[in-house]
Parts: sequence; structure tokens; C-alpha cells
Amino acid sequence: MKMELIQPFINAADAVLAQGLQSPTSIGNLSMDEEVYRRKGVAALISVTGDIEGRIIFDLDPATAVRVASRFAASELPESDDLVRETVCELANQVTGNAITALNDQGFHFRVHPPVLHTLEHGSKSSEDTEALVICFETASGNVFMNIALRYNRRRQGERAAAGKQ
Amino acid sequence: MEQFSPVKRSKDGQPVRYLVVDDSVFARKNLARMIETFGGQLAGEAGDGMTAITEYERTHPDIVLMDITMPQMEGIEAAEKIVRQHPEARIVMVSSVGYQENIVAALQRGARHFVQKPVKPEVLYEVIKYVLGEDGTVAAGAGA
Repeated sequence: MKMELIQPFINAADAVLAQGLQSPTSIGNLSMDEEVYRRKGVAALISVTGDIEGRIIFDLDPATAVRVASRFAASELPESDDLVRETVCELANQVTGNAITALNDQGFHFRVHPPVLHTLEHGSKSSEDTEALVICFETASGNVFMNIALRYNRRRQGERAAAGKQ
Repeated sequence: MEQFSPVKRSKDGQPVRYLVVDDSVFARKNLARMIETFGGQLAGEAGDGMTAITEYERTHPDIVLMDITMPQMEGIEAAEKIVRQHPEARIVMVSSVGYQENIVAALQRGARHFVQKPVKPEVLYEVIKYVLGEDGTVAAGAGA
């Protein structure tokens, strides 16, 4: 997976988290996830289709999810509150939307699908062309994990190349 | 959250009434809190484009804050349908996806403005004043 695809997501996550949490964030561990995805706690998944396809998962352990949601909502939320899960979904939505905006300006075209809660304990295993990159954002409220698996849509690339030759 | 000088309707001095459309409950609550700091009133909420149309008919708000990516019917299509029936509708698109063609598509179909998420209250406040134009007036109160 090329860094040109990843960097806009890192920039967007950094900006959205910093604004929502009203405190700076730093990038901690960055690793390739070659095994099946294992959910850490409250996870939201967003699919993108178009010139680049794949999915982005935001994953927070339950206590961090409560702290982050409480900061975003500016009020203390209990762990059972649906708003905690809603906030993680909206966080994923805002980061992905901002990143897609930057990538669109570079000429890639996408469709972003509404976020869904990832309720399964495991996800599908990444493959050679959809290897997942896991980035840990260290915040004052705890660690926020962004798991990205994206690949170029070969059919769309072929269509573009053919159009370019005409 | 910061308090702003209240924006009222020029015609009767009443609070500006808002319809908030977003599939995220969190986003709706967040916008509702901002509206409160602007001295506005929440006229209704909707979680998708279809509901937005029926809520517009029911509440006739002064301003609609409309997300784009939503299930069932997306925001741009809903905005177009509302404006077709109500050319006076003031719809502000509020979305995390803020690339040029999305903005142009929204404006071409009748939206008055576009605000990118995460929403900064001071940005939305200025957009609201701009979109209301002479139909809105800033009352004396908490300073922005």
C-alpha cells in the first residue's frame, strides 16, 4: 500500500482528533497487519469504492471510547450509552471524509459509504494487495487505532489508461 | 462551548429555526448544541434524506443543515427535492467530504453554502449570518 494513499488519512485523523479532543495527538506505533483483524473494543468501519477500494476501521478499547466520546460530546457519557458508539462512527466518518477530500484533489475519485459498527470479533484476513496498515494515535484520552486496507481498483486504472491513449 | 451574539429573524425578532439532517446522532447533537449557542431553535431532526423532506414540510425551518452521505437518500438529492418545492429554502450542506465536485453539485442543486466537518462553531456562525442575509439580524448579547 502506497504512502501517498495513507498520508491523507494520517493528516486527517491527527486534525480531527486534535480538534475534537482539544489536545495534541502524536503518532505511536505503525505496523502492517498481516493476520485477521481482531477488534480491540468499539470499532467503526467505513468502506470506500471507486479508483481506490477498501476499508478503514477506527478501533478504541471500551474505556478510551468512553473518554473520547465524552470529550467530543462535552459531557460525561456512561459506557452503555449509544452515543459512545455513534461518536466512534462519526470520528471515522470525519477522518475518512477529510482524507478522501485530499485524495480527490489529487485526481482520485471515490464514493464513501456511511459508517457501520464493526461488531464481529474478527475481520477478514488482509491479502497481498489489500494489506492493512495499523496506525496508533496517542491522545490524552487513550490510544486510537486506525486500520487501513486500501488497494487501487485495477479495472478503473485500466479504463483510465485506455482513455489516456485515445 | 463559546456563546455567540444571538442571530434572530429580522421579520419578527424570533429565534432562527433549524432543521438538522444527519444520520449520526452524535453529529445532530453536536450541531444542536452549536445552534443553541447561536440563539437558535431546533425545529426538527432527520436521519436521512427522505425524512428530511417530510420534516421540512412539517416544520418549515429558516435554515436546513444537511449532511451528504446518508442511507436511503443522500443529502444532495434531498436538497434538490426540497428546493424544487420550496425555492426559498436555505440549505447549508455540512459534510466531511468537501471536495470541489461535491460542493459544486450541492450548490448547483440548490444548496446555499457548504461547511466541512469537523464543524468549527465560528465558521458555521458566519455561514448562517451570510445565508440569512437581510432576513437575519444579530441581536445584542454574548459576543462572538
